Amino acid sequence: MKDIRQITVTVNDQVRDLVVETRRTLADMLRHDLGYTGTHLGCEHGVCGACTVLLDGLPVRSCLIFGVQADGRTVATVEGLADGTDPDAQLSDLQRAFSDQHALQCGFCTPGFLMLAEGYLSGGRPADAGEVTEAEIRDVVAANLCRCTGYQGIVEAILATARSRLDPAGRERGDGERGDAGLGGSEQGTGR
Amino acid sequence: MLTGRGQFTGDMSRVGMLHAAFVRSPLAAARVTGIDTAAALAQPGVRAAFTAADLGEPYLMAVLERAEFRPTRMPILAATEVRYAGEPVAMVLADDPYAAQDAAELVDADWQPLQPLPDIDAARAPGARQLHDGLDGNCLVELAMFTDERLPGIFATAALVVEAEFTSARVAALPLEGRACLADWDAAGQQLVLHCSTQVPHQLRSGVAQALGIAEHSIRVRVPDVGGGFGLKCVVGREEVAVAGAALRLRRPVGWVEDRQENLTASFHGHQQRYRVRAAFSQGGVMLGLDAEIDCDVGAYSAYPFTSAVEPLMACSELPGVYKVPAYRALGRAIATSKPPTAPYRGVSRPQIVLVMERLMEKAARSLGLDPLEIRRRNLIGPQDFPYTGPNAITYDRGSYLESLQLADEIIGTQGWRAELAAIRAGGLRAGIGFACFSERTAYGTPAMSLRRMGMTPGYDTALVRMDPSGEVLVSTGTCGQGQGHETTFAQIVADRLGLHPDQVRLRQGDTDLASYGWGTWGSRSIVIGGGAASRAADQVAQRLREIAAHLLEASAQDVELADGSASVRGDAASTVPISELARIAHFQAHRLPEHLRYGLEARETYDPPGTFSNACHVALVSVEPDTGLVVLRKYLVVEDCGVVINPMIVDGQVRGGVAQGVGAALLEQIRYDNDGQPISGTLVDYRPPTAMQLCPVEVVHLETPSPFSETGSKGMGEGGTIGAPATVLNAINDALAGDDVAFDHIPVLPPDVTAALARAQAAVSAAAVQGVQ
Repeated sequence: MKDIRQITVTVNDQVRDLVVETRRTLADMLRHDLGYTGTHLGCEHGVCGACTVLLDGLPVRSCLIFGVQADGRTVATVEGLADGTDPDAQLSDLQRAFSDQHALQCGFCTPGFLMLAEGYLSGGRPADAGEVTEAEIRDVVAANLCRCTGYQGIVEAILATARSRLDPAGRERGDGERGDAGLGGSEQGTGR
Repeated sequence: MLTGRGQFTGDMSRVGMLHAAFVRSPLAAARVTGIDTAAALAQPGVRAAFTAADLGEPYLMAVLERAEFRPTRMPILAATEVRYAGEPVAMVLADDPYAAQDAAELVDADWQPLQPLPDIDAARAPGARQLHDGLDGNCLVELAMFTDERLPGIFATAALVVEAEFTSARVAALPLEGRACLADWDAAGQQLVLHCSTQVPHQLRSGVAQALGIAEHSIRVRVPDVGGGFGLKCVVGREEVAVAGAALRLRRPVGWVEDRQENLTASFHGHQQRYRVRAAFSQGGVMLGLDAEIDCDVGAYSAYPFTSAVEPLMACSELPGVYKVPAYRALGRAIATSKPPTAPYRGVSRPQIVLVMERLMEKAARSLGLDPLEIRRRNLIGPQDFPYTGPNAITYDRGSYLESLQLADEIIGTQGWRAELAAIRAGGLRAGIGFACFSERTAYGTPAMSLRRMGMTPGYDTALVRMDPSGEVLVSTGTCGQGQGHETTFAQIVADRLGLHPDQVRLRQGDTDLASYGWGTWGSRSIVIGGGAASRAADQVAQRLREIAAHLLEASAQDVELADGSASVRGDAASTVPISELARIAHFQAHRLPEHLRYGLEARETYDPPGTFSNACHVALVSVEPDTGLVVLRKYLVVEDCGVVINPMIVDGQVRGGVAQGVGAALLEQIRYDNDGQPISGTLVDYRPPTAMQLCPVEVVHLETPSPFSETGSKGMGEGGTIGAPATVLNAINDALAGDDVAFDHIPVLPPDVTAALARAQAAVSAAAVQGVQ
């Protein structure tokens, strides 16, 4: 006997009502019930991070969360980083940096890294935390797995974005310009 | 990819699609005496359950045309006997994957346990059970590749004989996307369309056709985005055939997505090898002779189409590498064990043979009191030696073996690596610098591949270049990338020849209906072979464009240049016509052209080179924490030479990603089994690929020695990073621990290995001290 619930969840700024089995993971719900297949499954046991999405602004492994746990909450997926309804939308500054730094090869892990990084960048890094360092970014990037790139481009892309978004000097220099990210929940704790 | 709009196999769905789940053996070795699917079939949402008999007992058999090779029949679903834990015996098909997995657990199979053969020693033990009927000594192939009657004399009289055993652990290729496929019956086209995450679309088509006994044209393999392959996906998986068979039988779409546990325990592994080696050196450090016995633990079956011989063949053929070895003997074996079969994981034996040769050089240098770089210089194939034919009968085209070592040494000098080493040591840690010099044969065409005598001999590839009436170009190839940027590099190659912008060239790969035959993407072959075929086809189209332009401009074709989207007569600025106009006329105004220039702008070409050698020198600086055994990678430099670099960013990405995999093999990764053949590394907690914390920036410097065996002068370079890194890191660790008299000859070197070895060394020192006092 299936245990079914009706829930309401806001995904990439859109309110969605749906009926899900209670054991269905958030990842499967996003991918197969709502069509957000940019969220990928690499291990389904919470290690690789390919399925990382933002739940109320914070990065989570969507393979370790049930869809019903998102009831009444907001979810942001990779499709919402640029304007997901417009195929020609500008990439966000983070996505552009990934492209510029050759931070992806096969692209399977990329959405997870983008959401992990977006969570870090918009997650309320303390203003007194000092200048962003490569070591700090490596520590963030170490949450997820990539098998193609050796992480160098990923670290460089997030570092460049962090410097322009978070580093006050970078902002004053004017290299902190952002594309219209249109990201649900991104306002939370950005300090901008 | 950046916006989430990539499409991987698991992202695809079809109306009425069934989801497959496989029932797998819980035991490493057992007879199957009964399989009952009734309980599974009774579950809601379950539409079918198949055993081997239901599918007609299909199998795959990889063949090597050598008397010393024993083929194995790999059943798609095992019917009577299972030979490793995780081997599939049945499949369940249901409306959703949750229901399929639940039902698979209800399939009731009767197992009669047999004695497992968990490793080479068990398989080779006197009186050991035969894993396949008639398989003497569980040896799938024994290759006595080279021999030299002078060897006994050389070893008897050499100033130094180094004798050692080297081992490498079983590892997983571990693409982030596991294997996946979706088979869909196209009733209108009377064709099974098999979407699959594979590196080898045509071989998959051939394998499915052979296993299911249907015509190749009745199958169309289409490859959507592929989330990494690294060799795991250049063989045909039995699940892929099973899914195709189920869709054919049910005439319904059937999908399967491998989960990570299946990927780690029931797909294909690689690189579990043991080398027993003797090397003779002169007093001056010149290698005089080399004698190797190589055993590869290849698991229970030969993977299709490469066979279980792929590792020992590569190891025996190419062990001497970049060094001049006057006399050489090699004996290589593939040993069958109760584990999943091995696929040609990135590097294929070359990470091991480079490790062996580089360790031999280090050991000899230490024994003879020579500088480890000097001993390499004395043995490297030098600039004056090319083309060099080794004792392995391989001819090496020109490379920069000495130059890359020299440059690497200069760079680390300029950058102050040795000062940093001293500073780390002064801080209380051990630290070391390790080098590795190597070459890798890339882009094996049939001239090289045929020496292996595979039943299906890969090598050549094909490309079709078509210009449409608007002047835009479609290229279709038999190569099939998975993140190597072929869309970019192939477009660059073709656009360059046609005088177009790369944005005007679109690549279509991974569709068996668009290329007559091809061999996919593996073995660092695509840019040389696929790119070479595309280059040749583009040259033909370019020639046709020049002739059409010459006709219209009343000039000679030799004087027409194609550049910036136009055909222009050299030296006559007014005589020019846009290439798009030539394309329009060729298609829509064919009557304006003479007969021999009419009807379309397309060319199909093949390319089949003998192979070409890339080379590199890697250097690593590591620190070792004696209390915990933790090895930290501090600096990494690659000086590489892949001939003409088509796109530096893509080459650097391949090198860095390869180094990461090699570092993983050196420091972290190990597929483990217990004595009963049970897998104990079935999650990413137990099997640990490197994260960003275990890696450091990798600096890549290019030398450029163009290849004569390549249309573009480029050489393959997809595997070099993985090949060089294990030896480099191992040498760096051993350099760090040289003062403790500790040296490792195995990978991975794990922290407990380091602490245990240091404790042993310390105990030996103490014992000696006590003896000294007495």
